[in-house]
Amino acid sequence: MSTRIEGLPSPCGLAPSGEVRQNDTMSINQLVFAPPATDAAPLMNTNPLRAVSPLTGPERMRISEISVFYDGVPAVRQASLAIHQGEVLALIGPSGCGKTTLLRTLNRLTELTPTASHSGQITLDGEDIHELEDTKLRTRVSMVFQQPNPFPMSIFDNVAFALREQSRRRPRRRELEPLVKQALQRAGLYEEIRGDLDRSALRLSGGQQQRLCIARAIATNPEILLMDEPCSALDPRSTAVIEDLILQLRSELAIVIVTHNLQQARRIADRVAFMYLGDLVELGDAGQLFEAPREERTREYIAGAFG
Amino acid sequence: MSGARAVLERLRKPWSDNRAERMLGAVACLTALSIVAMVVFVAQRAWPTFSHDGLSWLGSGGNLDNQIGAMVSTPANPPASAFVFHAWPLIYGTLLTAVFAVVLGLAASILTAIFIVDFAPPAVRRLMTPVIRLLASIPSVVFGLIGVLVLVPFVGNDLIGAGQKASVANVIQLTGAGLLVSVVILTVMITPIMTALITDALGSVPRSWHEGAVALGLNPLRATIAVSIRAIRPAIISAAALATARAVGEAIMLSMVSGGVSFTPKFQDGVIFLFEPLRTLAEEIVQQSEGLSAPALRSSIYSIALLLLFSGFMLSIASRLARMPLRKYELSS
Amino acid sequence: MSSVESVPPPNLVAPPRRRGRRSSLRSWRRGDQLIFVLAWTAGVALCLITASIIVFLAVKGVAYLSPKLLVTSPSAAVNQAQSGGFLDPIVGTVTLAVIGTLIATPLAVISAIWVVEYGRPRWLVGIVETSIELIAGTPDIVIAIFGLALFQLGILAPLSFRSTGGGVYGRSFLAAGIMMSLLALPLTYTATRNGLRAIPRHMREASYALGKTRITTIRRVLLPSLRPHVATGAVLGMGRIIGDTAIVVVLLGATLQNSPENGVPLLGFLRGTGSTLSSYIYDNSPAGEGNAPQKAYAAVFVLVLIIVALNAIVGRVSRIGVHASAGTGRLSR
Repeated sequence: MSTRIEGLPSPCGLAPSGEVRQNDTMSINQLVFAPPATDAAPLMNTNPLRAVSPLTGPERMRISEISVFYDGVPAVRQASLAIHQGEVLALIGPSGCGKTTLLRTLNRLTELTPTASHSGQITLDGEDIHELEDTKLRTRVSMVFQQPNPFPMSIFDNVAFALREQSRRRPRRRELEPLVKQALQRAGLYEEIRGDLDRSALRLSGGQQQRLCIARAIATNPEILLMDEPCSALDPRSTAVIEDLILQLRSELAIVIVTHNLQQARRIADRVAFMYLGDLVELGDAGQLFEAPREERTREYIAGAFG
Repeated sequence: MSGARAVLERLRKPWSDNRAERMLGAVACLTALSIVAMVVFVAQRAWPTFSHDGLSWLGSGGNLDNQIGAMVSTPANPPASAFVFHAWPLIYGTLLTAVFAVVLGLAASILTAIFIVDFAPPAVRRLMTPVIRLLASIPSVVFGLIGVLVLVPFVGNDLIGAGQKASVANVIQLTGAGLLVSVVILTVMITPIMTALITDALGSVPRSWHEGAVALGLNPLRATIAVSIRAIRPAIISAAALATARAVGEAIMLSMVSGGVSFTPKFQDGVIFLFEPLRTLAEEIVQQSEGLSAPALRSSIYSIALLLLFSGFMLSIASRLARMPLRKYELSS
Repeated sequence: MSSVESVPPPNLVAPPRRRGRRSSLRSWRRGDQLIFVLAWTAGVALCLITASIIVFLAVKGVAYLSPKLLVTSPSAAVNQAQSGGFLDPIVGTVTLAVIGTLIATPLAVISAIWVVEYGRPRWLVGIVETSIELIAGTPDIVIAIFGLALFQLGILAPLSFRSTGGGVYGRSFLAAGIMMSLLALPLTYTATRNGLRAIPRHMREASYALGKTRITTIRRVLLPSLRPHVATGAVLGMGRIIGDTAIVVVLLGATLQNSPENGVPLLGFLRGTGSTLSSYIYDNSPAGEGNAPQKAYAAVFVLVLIIVALNAIVGRVSRIGVHASAGTGRLSR
């Protein structure tokens, strides 16, 4: 099955996606990811993980000509892209350009808005997501929100929440404990709170709460993790911690992250999609897009001409 | 006259903040004063019963109607024996109606609140607020009238069979006025207030929690139950306490539909249990309020009033205590 | 030239909204299915019950109400079925509402202002708020019976009159009206307090920055914004007073016609006994002495009309003046 989508640039010199890309890309990536000649290195993340090439896996989700309308007004116009396991896809663009809306269509959260309608098709592993039950879809495609929103319960109950509510009969705490522990470990929170899982989740700090939300989201072992500006409400240190977390998680899942912070996109994204006023203007490898964007608008946005 | 003028002059000059604070505070303390006065006055008139009977009047023993009846005609300085009565049937009647009504009402209120927030179409949702407010402001005497003129005859003639009436004829009359009608109307009376409180609380739950729960794969109802209902447990407790206080203190409506006999309905009687008449503490006060010059009767009635007063206080305290452990899950405001 | 300016957008037409497949009811947990059904039942039942009550009362009321009833005094006979209207009860209702609101509103507003704007010492604030909460939870017959004890004090004889035996009767319009204010107090207090809290801080700070004292700020800046809240609270309190029967039965002497005491005209009327619509209804039901259900229905109709009108006023006033809370809750727009 070809995964070449018309109109999208093919990653240069690489095998068509669908196969695991090998290390021959490393040299290209290293070249491409050299720090930009100008500015802005103070917050440059020199995380060693960055140098490791992503093990990009099979395509998980495909979006075909999606348009989303609120009350008849289009918010997203005919966007198409593909999401692969093992990569971080960043949606960037100025405020109000439709990136959050596009993200929310991926787990059908737009249906919560009464005035929303859409056209186009989205498939998850080949199945149309509108044919799946919405509750089942959302266990496979999880979301983390901009404001950390832990439930007013204990930490354990938060992480176990989806697991408990999903099954028809209530699982016992003993059955849930290893799963909760595993999720907290993957989210990098376990060591900090290991003793006190019954503490109220609202007492955690902002960064810890967001990691709790991530743990909660991955507790069901989703295939795709959607993140809507997860660090915008956090301080730089928590941001760095979560960015590391994202890089670690991407080997197991596909991650789509909306961010208006270009530096963050530079730090963690493998592929970047630039959206402007509802159009998907450009999509490509992070290195290529930031260094040599093809579209005029992309170039201007990255240079800071508007935002 | 000039003294009054001087006072008015002083009041009219711009006040200093200190004086204002003291005057306003003094007025505010009148509210506290009225509660204190209430306790003092009621307790003072109830005292003779306690000094003669201790707390035994809360128990059961003998026919209460006869005891009260005897009290009406006691002389000015009655002997100690005249103060004896046993109010257990009233306490039992009060508890029976109040507990049933609050349980049913709480369930109905929570369900209605879920309906309003989750399922109702927008037009219906806007309709519900005036509907609930209207139902909540209908006076108890109106409910009582509908009860006694519509429900009681219906139950008495259509629901209770002649055989059932005959089976207890030697003890009580089954006229339809009794437990069933009392509980039904009481439930309808207390549900609107609880529904308004709970719906308000449910609607104030941050949207992000519900959205987060839905994003984790829960259907909307499950999301509401698992997160929002859980989050508003303090409000539910407050609403239940408020409704219980109202149910316990209801006098007028119950005096019209409860049957007015100090009889204790028994579960063992089967279905008839629902139709048996009863009387509550509050009713007793209303019924006897005319002839309170007889000292024995007066102190008995006032001790009942004191009991009701304290039960109201207890409910307030209990509601606060019950909400305390839930505080740690609240967002810091 | 920046490419930000447009590329003309392709012409996209919004398709009709279609829902993706939702988790079917059958896949929900059993308990959730039940709750879904029950929630709908509760919501619909509430509307149906309210509608049927209103329709029933309207039908009966229209059948039995004639304008003559509104302007005729009740006849002196115990059995009202033959003749007489309910002018006196209407006058009584209005009188009590006026007295009660006149006393309760200043008391509530001042207390609310003191609590929110001054609020020291904190323990005193706690006492005041707790007292008001306790008053709100006290049953109306307990308030009534307390009133009886209070107004039978010798020094308060001028507020009612002395009966033939020499004791203070303790029942009069003044006595009932003063006690009614306790019913209205918590409602007005809460509405005013919420209104004060809703006023943003910068309004006060702007006034202080100009050098005004706190009391002047309150009078000139805050009170005008409070008018709708105070009005709402006062009208709510009035509704509660009008609907109350227990205090009337105990403290108004239950004479069908208003019987003034001799002396100064208005004061004599206030010191005398009488009836209100609510006690009139009670007396004419099978539970009372008279037995004129038609009159009772007619009076109920008038009473409910008054209450519906008051509700409408509350709805109007609170929508006009009150700050709508922005909020992030699920029911906020």
